Amino acid sequence: MRALRFVGIRLVGMLVVLLIVVFCTYVVFYLVPTDPAQQSCGRPCTPQNLAIAREFMGFDVPWWQQFLTFLGGIVAGRTFGSGATAIHCPAPCFGYSFQQNATVLDLIGERIPVTFSLALGAALLWLVIGVATGVLAALRRGRPLDRALMVASVAGVSAPTYLVGLLGILVFGFTLDMVPVNGYVPLTESPVDWAWHLVLPWLVLAFVHAATYLRLTRSQMLDALGEDYIRTARAKGLRESTVVGKHALRNALLPVVTLFGIELGSLLGGVVITERVFGMPGLGGLLIDAVHQHDLPLLLGCTLFSAFIVVLANVVVDLCYGVLDPRARLT
Amino acid sequence: MSETALPQPSALAAQNRSVPAAIWRMLRTDRWALAGALTIALLGLLAVGADVLTAIEGQDPFSYHTDALDPATGGPAGVLGGISGTHWFGVEPLTGRDLFAIVAHGARTSFLIGLAATAVSVLLGVLLGVSAGYLGGWYDRLVTWTADVLLGFPYLVFMIALGVVVPASVPRPLLLIVVIGLFGWPTHARIVRAQTLSLKERKFVSAARAFGAGPWHVFTVELLPNLWAPITVMATLSIPGKIGVEAALSFLGVGIPPPTPSWGRTISDAIDWVRSDPMYLILPGAALFLATWAFNVLGDGLRDALDPRTGVRG
Repeated sequence: MRALRFVGIRLVGMLVVLLIVVFCTYVVFYLVPTDPAQQSCGRPCTPQNLAIAREFMGFDVPWWQQFLTFLGGIVAGRTFGSGATAIHCPAPCFGYSFQQNATVLDLIGERIPVTFSLALGAALLWLVIGVATGVLAALRRGRPLDRALMVASVAGVSAPTYLVGLLGILVFGFTLDMVPVNGYVPLTESPVDWAWHLVLPWLVLAFVHAATYLRLTRSQMLDALGEDYIRTARAKGLRESTVVGKHALRNALLPVVTLFGIELGSLLGGVVITERVFGMPGLGGLLIDAVHQHDLPLLLGCTLFSAFIVVLANVVVDLCYGVLDPRARLT
Repeated sequence: MSETALPQPSALAAQNRSVPAAIWRMLRTDRWALAGALTIALLGLLAVGADVLTAIEGQDPFSYHTDALDPATGGPAGVLGGISGTHWFGVEPLTGRDLFAIVAHGARTSFLIGLAATAVSVLLGVLLGVSAGYLGGWYDRLVTWTADVLLGFPYLVFMIALGVVVPASVPRPLLLIVVIGLFGWPTHARIVRAQTLSLKERKFVSAARAFGAGPWHVFTVELLPNLWAPITVMATLSIPGKIGVEAALSFLGVGIPPPTPSWGRTISDAIDWVRSDPMYLILPGAALFLATWAFNVLGDGLRDALDPRTGVRG
């Protein structure tokens, strides 16, 4: 029952956050003096044509009314225009790109497998690498291995993703000719080629992000290893691997999980950049194209969609937190 | 120091515990932090003296030098990207603009945006963090909650989109400073709020309040002097992130518009030349890496010196 209540509270909180994020994003995008109707008005753009375009797109009403229509679209779908030329955007409707003649969700759906493949693989890799090296550094505190790892971690924290990516392309792609440096092969087409094309991008993202986790895990492990309950565990004759793995690591992992939740937003940014470096047709490419074509509905949709993903993932992280730390379930 | 008035031992101890004294001590003992500080000083010199240095070289970041290019490929003529006495870092492919001038003026862009955005976010973070921690109640909950939402927000995606919708009449550097600064305050506010919560319970704060001191007096006289150490550390550690965001946005083509030099944009232009002219990537890339690295090691050193409890090198 308590677990259900915990999940329930988190879900309600998530809905509130989402509503506010949608509202703020919407206001920012529609209070600025750029007119989406102007872009798809056609030539010659007579005032009549412009008015028709506005009405068709639903921009002829006050902004708060547009916002409510937009919200309604997410829940129930919406229809632009009427009669034979009407365009229907089924629920959940995050908007319609009049320039590409497709719903925003369809456009995102085409690209999202690329972004997910990249993000999930890389996140898994850097969590494992970051936590493992962090534990290792803590156990070898002050020794050469620890020092080397700490020097490498400062480099990892400082190096911009695209720089590491381009150097990776230069060294592993061109000079050593080991891995492909460009493009994406769908998982359904060939799982081997899929992974082969993703190896370098995964490693690049993992190198950049693992450094933060290495530093955090190390300091948390050092804290945990100094605690009384570790001495107790050792005193009662537990094996060192049990002491480190079960007693110290489990407590040290809590802030790591928190950091992962906080970092999801910036992870998405890193993925956008990595996609650009490796020429992968993901969400980042869609976003940059939308920028260059001034496709406002698509931009709004992409931003909101990213926010949705991040908020949703944070709820999952919160629930994981509950599993790791029984105390968190009570609040 | 006059010979008649010897400093009291307590005064001496207080002096040595001050933030500047601790920084000075750290620079003498911590080699990494010293290396970081020197690198920052050098790059800062490059940024401030960009005009003078490029004038000595006899170049500027805007003039085309097609004579320095290899007509067959469009890349720089000569080895290592065309490095020579006239072009210290070689030239840019296709245009022949001087790469040293671009890197030096790019340092100016990076430092300007990085430092100004950090100033905005630290100022906001300190004001909101202290007030939330000190005043408490619903205001505290509102600030904490807003910070949590903003921390998880995919800010880079939002900034990319914002670059389009904000009219071109708004200067891009200003827009970048404001937006990067606005998204940066939550981390600072969290740290400062936590510090304020523990400071607020200390006797000297209660004493000041008992004497009738108002919130502003408590903030400036009692709290702020005790917050300088964490503020210094977090400001230093957040500069590399801000420099990185500017470079990332310029890399994606939505940051500083051409022709103003920016490391991020040059690195982005270098993508197509990685194979034939790697120096075009390596030189601005090294400058960017050195800048972020230097602030990070200096920040780590500062943290170890000023705030030993949270030091990462332990």
